[in-house]
Amino acid sequence: MNKSRLIIRKALSGAHAAAEAMRQINPDVVAVYPITPQTPIAMKFSEFVNDGLVDTEMIRVESEHSAMSACVGSAASGARTMTATSANGLALMTEIVYIAASTRLPIVMNLVNRALSAPINIHCDHSDAMLVRDSGWIMLASENAQDVYENTIMAVRIAEHKDVLLPVMVLQDGFITSHSIETVFTFDDKTVKNFIGEYKPKYNLLDTEHPITIGPLDLFDYYFEHKRQQFLAMENAKRVIKEIFKEFSKLTGKEYDYFEGYKIEDADFIIVTMNSSVGTAKFVADELRSKGIKAGVLKVRVFRPFIPEEIVKKLKNSKVVAVLDRAPSFGSHGGVLFNEVRSAFYEEPEKPRILSYTYGLGGRELSVDMLRKVFDDMQKLNSGKKIDQIQFLGVRD
Amino acid sequence: MVNLKEIGNKKIRLAPGHRLCPGCGAPIIAKLAMLATDYDIVVADATGCLEVSTTIYPYTAWRVPWIHNAFENAAATMSGVETAYRVLKKKGKIKKDIKFIVFGGDGGTYDIGLQSLSGAVERGHDFLYICYDNEAYMNTGIQRSSATPFGASTTTDPAGRVRPGKQEFRKDLTAIMAAHHLPYVAQASLHNINDFLRKVKTALETKGPTFINVLSPCPLGWKFDPSKTIEISKIAVETCFWPLYEVKNDEWILNYDPGENKKPIIEWIKMQGRYKHLLKPENKWVIEKAQEEIDKRWQWLKKRCGKG
Repeated sequence: MNKSRLIIRKALSGAHAAAEAMRQINPDVVAVYPITPQTPIAMKFSEFVNDGLVDTEMIRVESEHSAMSACVGSAASGARTMTATSANGLALMTEIVYIAASTRLPIVMNLVNRALSAPINIHCDHSDAMLVRDSGWIMLASENAQDVYENTIMAVRIAEHKDVLLPVMVLQDGFITSHSIETVFTFDDKTVKNFIGEYKPKYNLLDTEHPITIGPLDLFDYYFEHKRQQFLAMENAKRVIKEIFKEFSKLTGKEYDYFEGYKIEDADFIIVTMNSSVGTAKFVADELRSKGIKAGVLKVRVFRPFIPEEIVKKLKNSKVVAVLDRAPSFGSHGGVLFNEVRSAFYEEPEKPRILSYTYGLGGRELSVDMLRKVFDDMQKLNSGKKIDQIQFLGVRD
Repeated sequence: MVNLKEIGNKKIRLAPGHRLCPGCGAPIIAKLAMLATDYDIVVADATGCLEVSTTIYPYTAWRVPWIHNAFENAAATMSGVETAYRVLKKKGKIKKDIKFIVFGGDGGTYDIGLQSLSGAVERGHDFLYICYDNEAYMNTGIQRSSATPFGASTTTDPAGRVRPGKQEFRKDLTAIMAAHHLPYVAQASLHNINDFLRKVKTALETKGPTFINVLSPCPLGWKFDPSKTIEISKIAVETCFWPLYEVKNDEWILNYDPGENKKPIIEWIKMQGRYKHLLKPENKWVIEKAQEEIDKRWQWLKKRCGKG
């Protein structure tokens, strides 16, 4: 294993970890609009801009819709472009979130996850991320501020790769991650600069010698082929993400994967989850391990593209899997992540039992007790007791 | 000085073969605007007639770099383009001087795109926004917009038995843009090409956000013979329905005053099928009310221009 170049020790919140990564990336353009709990990213980065620590031009837009619209214009012009948002802000810009991906623009956006209205609520859940899960963005999830920092840097390389050219969203839990100060180990500026390199797009709008038309009317005779190209780009992303992970490993000495296991090698009972709940689940798994129960946790780092064979590989030897979803999917059979995991196993002759738990909506705390109950359910199911497949965690009747 | 004679030798930057209707004002506006300058140009276009009819994949009529993002965000999109240009120029990655023009119809400018436009000009981005105002949502089939004039029949506010078309006066977008205290705002019309060319040139040579509102006759929506586009543009100005003026650094300048020869609004109304119902005796009051409002706004404008 390589020696880590994450040598600068800092006390950063998740939001400030994102801002610090952005400072080191030094993008050409950042267009952003304030919304809680994303605001500390915009505020910290604005300080960097106004103190002359970056070369970035900031566009302090009048809405999230205009934030993403300006990002599209900027990225189409060949500028490295970033933004950040949360919840209703993402909902407002969703039209352009799709356009950004479909125009194949490598924008990087930090999404600080927050519940969608109504009722209005500023706290964490993943309903915002799930709203745009089919929009064509690559989505990287972050367990903590360290992940936010590293994912944001890797996102630039993944997005701009010539075989991908898709925007990337880096997720972190609102308040839980974004506003909690942790120890974060960062690179020196030069390491980041060398890793991300210079952005040299093949086509750009400002090349007046070679005029291009971006965003034409595309009807039934070509639209479908262009969508197919997007599917191919997502397919390519699966390979490219792995390559970037490997390259990044050389700088950090850590290993990265689409799905990262914690004590899963011999585990009978595994919780699959993403973002900050991974940490809580690890704590409970350790507790059960000390009692001789073979518990483990599978952390989702890459939610889009979702790679079924990778998750099957990690879960196939377990007896029961519990998938945690922090977003409602009204009218569906269990949560979105649950359905992805369950569907991944359809063709497998041997498969674990799989349970769905919806938790933490609107920032409701996910307690250690709740996860003890989840592991308890898994054991009961394994010993022949009847357990509901679809459940909520921590909600009053 | 830029004029009709001079532009005759220049390359037209919007190619023929696009699919806009005969007599449509929009391609004339786009062509003329790009002829008014020798600078390299990058264009952003809001969703609308001009956009859908000039870029049907895999074809494009644009001989300049062109971007369309969505309906309501052409100004925001251009703010990203223009900002990218400033950064890349500062970094030495772009050497040329480029000018930026946004085209949007009245739907994309007066209505759904107003916030994005207001925000972009408040931030001071260096571009010219040209609204081709054809006074309704023509691309989607002649629906009412806030630019639709009082009394006009549209498909969402048709001349009916109890409601004779639109019952609200049109939004004064040019004045709204002037209220942003931009360095240059103007209103233009296609019958006076030299005036329009001069305004575009002035706007592009002015640093900061500039705005020109151009009346864009629509034969299909207004229901007139496609050969009358220029004539109808002239009547709009002579009736003071669409005055020609400019606002330079908050100084309001009237470009044309018909004085005693100001024509009554009926001259404008009777040329267009969308007002046909107003010619019935029972709707005479609509014409009178329209005239009253036009006179009031004309007096207001003259006063702003120091002629009142």
